Amino acid sequence: MTLKRSAAITGIGELKPTGSAEGKTTLGIWTDVSRQAVLDAGLTLPDIDGLLIAPPITEAVAMWPAILGEYINVHPKYGDVVDLGGASATAMVWRAAAAIDAGLCRAVLCVSGEASDIESFYAPRARKPAAQLPYREFEVPYGPMGVNSGYAQIAMRHMHEYGTTSRQLAKVAADQRTNANANPDALFFDKPLTVDDVLDSRLIVDPLHLYEIVRPCTGGAAMVVVSPELAKESSQRPAWLLGAGEASRGAMLSQMANITTSPIVESAAAAFEMAGVEPRDMDLASVYDCYTITVLITLEDAGFCEKGRGGPFVEEHDLTYKGDLPVNTHGGQLSFGQPGLAGGTSHVTEAVRQLQGRAGERQVTGCELAFVNGNGGILSEQASLVLGTE
Amino acid sequence: MTQQSEYAKPLPRPSELSRPFWDALKDGGLRLQRCGPCDRFVFYPRTLCPYCMGQELDWAPLSGRGKVYTYTVVRRAMIPAFQADAPYVFAIVELDEGPRVPTNIVNCALEDVKVDMPVQATYDDVTAEITLLKFEPA
Ligand SMILES: [Zn+2]
Repeated sequence: MTLKRSAAITGIGELKPTGSAEGKTTLGIWTDVSRQAVLDAGLTLPDIDGLLIAPPITEAVAMWPAILGEYINVHPKYGDVVDLGGASATAMVWRAAAAIDAGLCRAVLCVSGEASDIESFYAPRARKPAAQLPYREFEVPYGPMGVNSGYAQIAMRHMHEYGTTSRQLAKVAADQRTNANANPDALFFDKPLTVDDVLDSRLIVDPLHLYEIVRPCTGGAAMVVVSPELAKESSQRPAWLLGAGEASRGAMLSQMANITTSPIVESAAAAFEMAGVEPRDMDLASVYDCYTITVLITLEDAGFCEKGRGGPFVEEHDLTYKGDLPVNTHGGQLSFGQPGLAGGTSHVTEAVRQLQGRAGERQVTGCELAFVNGNGGILSEQASLVLGTE
Repeated sequence: MTQQSEYAKPLPRPSELSRPFWDALKDGGLRLQRCGPCDRFVFYPRTLCPYCMGQELDWAPLSGRGKVYTYTVVRRAMIPAFQADAPYVFAIVELDEGPRVPTNIVNCALEDVKVDMPVQATYDDVTAEITLLKFEPA
């Protein structure tokens, strides 16, 4: 089976992230970005017959599709919550395409985001504890710092196995900040950041410094995925789904056979194979960046460079929108902000903007093919996409 | 009782399934399930062997020796009760018998902790009921 050209993204909506909720609610944010995305696609809300939601991290509610559907008057024939953490956005795109391809629906609204801030993100979650979760019983008593400590342990092991350095990791953050400085919608738009700034920032979880870690914030993003028929009628240039792949390997780092190689090896290979293209054909890599190490490992495992050579690779290549391999031209979540699972969506919306030629100052010249990766948990869940203009 | 009320960090709540693991730690030893059909040790305790689907899992002792697979130094704790200990080492130890376990490295200066460093189990009686499995340089 293939999903190549089975659907296209024709509309996107996104809020500029803010450090705190500022009176906004999650449902209100979803409504704003849904309206934007549907209008952007040249549709109206009643045209939407599929609804996928990436749930908020800091609020536990059941039956989100019914709640949002009621609020915005969307009553889908296909509704679901996609709960794959940071991979939810890219996973929603291919699920939408699969549903369209199966004839279930023809216009799927994919929604993400939340009203959140650093305090609520890191607060002990006021949920009924699932007492016998293995993580709670066997890991939490030793004091992990959420997923921060997991990625730090991955980075430490990567350094041990491959000689990766903090300076190489910092280059990722600095290049992405250069991109954010050309994106007025980025949380850190007006704040420059150098490699030395990153290395001089506080160590939070060794070897990761403060500026190598995403900033939880408030925001949201939505996408409209439509059938080829609707795509051809769209006023926007469609961003076609050319390839998709998904792979996962469980939740706890101690249970993973090899923590420095991710399931992106499988998800990206599947996406490239379906699209019939290769990493070197990409004009843009828009890849999940909860931490600097995530980008490095993604570039290795997706095949942009040899395994273990991610450090030298990011040193040798200019990852800015002006560079030879533009990566996360919106700034990445490290510089754009991480509004819950809409952080993952930001990689898709940016790829769509670049493919549609409306990325403004940071437009990549002749951007026709983009690799997009979503990553959930501790390199646990991976959903990879290849998007293109044709 | 006094000790327990003073310990504010999250504690495991042993289940019927995991009780032998926690009881062994309390007695100063390490035991894990071992799968009869495939002879592999399994961590964390389960109702089936993830390698062969077998359900003949018997508890067996381990050496308590291993090496640091990876680690980090947590300098800002997420769980407030851990902040007084920060910076502390949160690690994954690979046991000689195969399984990897989340843990802390103790009795070692932060700068002396290294990946692949040999370590041995040490049993930390954090409350009257619960003993945590930690490791120190071998
Ligand atoms: Zn077995």
